[in-house]
Amino acid sequence: MTMEGSDKQRGRLWMWLNERIGLAELEKFAKKKEVPVHRHTVWYYFGGMTLFLFLVQVATGILLLLYYRPSAEEAYESIQFLMTEVEFGWLIRSIHSWAANLMILTLFIHLFSALLLQAYRSPREITWMSGVGLLGLALAFGFTGYLLPWNELAFFATRVGTEIPGVLPLVGSFLRRLLRGGDDVTGATLTRFYGIHVAVLPLLATLFLGLHLFLVQKHGMSVPPGVEKKSASKQAMPFFPNFLLRDLVGWLSALALLAALAAYYPAELGQKADPFKPAPVGIKPEWYFMFMFQTLKLLPSYILGVEGEMVGIVGFGLGGLFLLLVPFLDRRVARGEPSPLFTWIVIGIVSYMVALTYLGYTMSPTK
Amino acid sequence: MAEETLGPDLGRRKILNWLLGTSAGAFLLSVFYPVSRYLIPPKAEESTSRTVTLSLKPAEVKANSGEIFRFGNQPAILIRTPAGELKAFSAVCTHLACIVQYRADLSHIWCACHNGHFDLNGLNIAGPPPRPLEQYTVNVRGDQIVVSKGA
Repeated sequence: MTMEGSDKQRGRLWMWLNERIGLAELEKFAKKKEVPVHRHTVWYYFGGMTLFLFLVQVATGILLLLYYRPSAEEAYESIQFLMTEVEFGWLIRSIHSWAANLMILTLFIHLFSALLLQAYRSPREITWMSGVGLLGLALAFGFTGYLLPWNELAFFATRVGTEIPGVLPLVGSFLRRLLRGGDDVTGATLTRFYGIHVAVLPLLATLFLGLHLFLVQKHGMSVPPGVEKKSASKQAMPFFPNFLLRDLVGWLSALALLAALAAYYPAELGQKADPFKPAPVGIKPEWYFMFMFQTLKLLPSYILGVEGEMVGIVGFGLGGLFLLLVPFLDRRVARGEPSPLFTWIVIGIVSYMVALTYLGYTMSPTK
Repeated sequence: MAEETLGPDLGRRKILNWLLGTSAGAFLLSVFYPVSRYLIPPKAEESTSRTVTLSLKPAEVKANSGEIFRFGNQPAILIRTPAGELKAFSAVCTHLACIVQYRADLSHIWCACHNGHFDLNGLNIAGPPPRPLEQYTVNVRGDQIVVSKGA
């Protein structure tokens, strides 16, 4: 081996392990990666931040499993018990709830910064698509997890959310039954969502995340086209340990923020779900679904002879598909030319989401 | 014969590949068919009752108010119009299946989820709902309220 000189400075344990699992190769792999330094470097931190928050979710999620009981009769009560009787139960649940929200936020920032800096261009198409897959999984995590406390808000959010695929022609009612585990949202839906939330989605997320991280390691960080052209001399810092240590500072700050949010704004539980009570006034979904919710609220009942909800739902479906296929649709950037059109489309999408979310929180719920 | 033109080895390889392919296919089918059937929940017993007698007394339902009640396994709403008439509808909003409520300030039925409005005949009059609410027949027999589906 070429590393023999440095091997001598290592301890005997290192050498023993190296002969058995090849630490030197792992070290070479870790040292291979460099992080480009330029005026957009700050956006590189949001992927790692999302990863950190995902790890917080795994840890707090496992802790919550120890007390949670997935049935319509016991779910609400088990969380009530967790929040009031179990020591630091409120803290674990509040961190889980806040970290979920922050994770979606950092994921959105990561996604839109990659989109605006055109990091999806060749050869990173699969990196991009695995990232869009992870966004889908994160939203599915949020949607299924929201039901688990079995409270009023969760019940109606799930009724509406599972009704949405039901609107589709032909496959609609089948999909709705498959999601709900029956014709209505009942205890059967709760156990189904529980299984999806704690087993299916974590497995898929691990696979997608593995692919995503492997590709990031393989291709390195993407340098925005503008920066690539301008500077002939490329500045960079090693990923390990320089960038990772900077990452850690961010992670520690995020943890501090989480603790503060959990302490000052602990997660609420609300009223237990009752399938025979009207939807509460002012009902709204999690903030990241708000723009879709508000769109469905504002669409008229019929648009050109088609039910308004169908128009909205098909529209969001096409939006998701567009996002997934951006690397193949943006032909100009694939040829190495500037593509301002896509920049404007992205700015349009973000403005739409922000405006509708704003309306969702400010319009009177009873008018 | 195919074996003679391809030579004995290639012919054998072809047959083996075919056997391997079909058994792999059969294996996957025997795994995914039961799993896919397992994922689809069994049909629940549909509530066959076409009438329900409410626990509410007619006198308990004030004018310009509404109450949710169970009709089989579905929620329904009983309202008394400002004119004093008793009416009943399915309480499942025709938009995205939230449960509607009676708004005394508007004197009609309203859905909190997406701001859908229905008049006192269950007609969708504003907001996103595409269809009217299903109306039920209300009969008052002595001090009992009986709600029935269909004519």
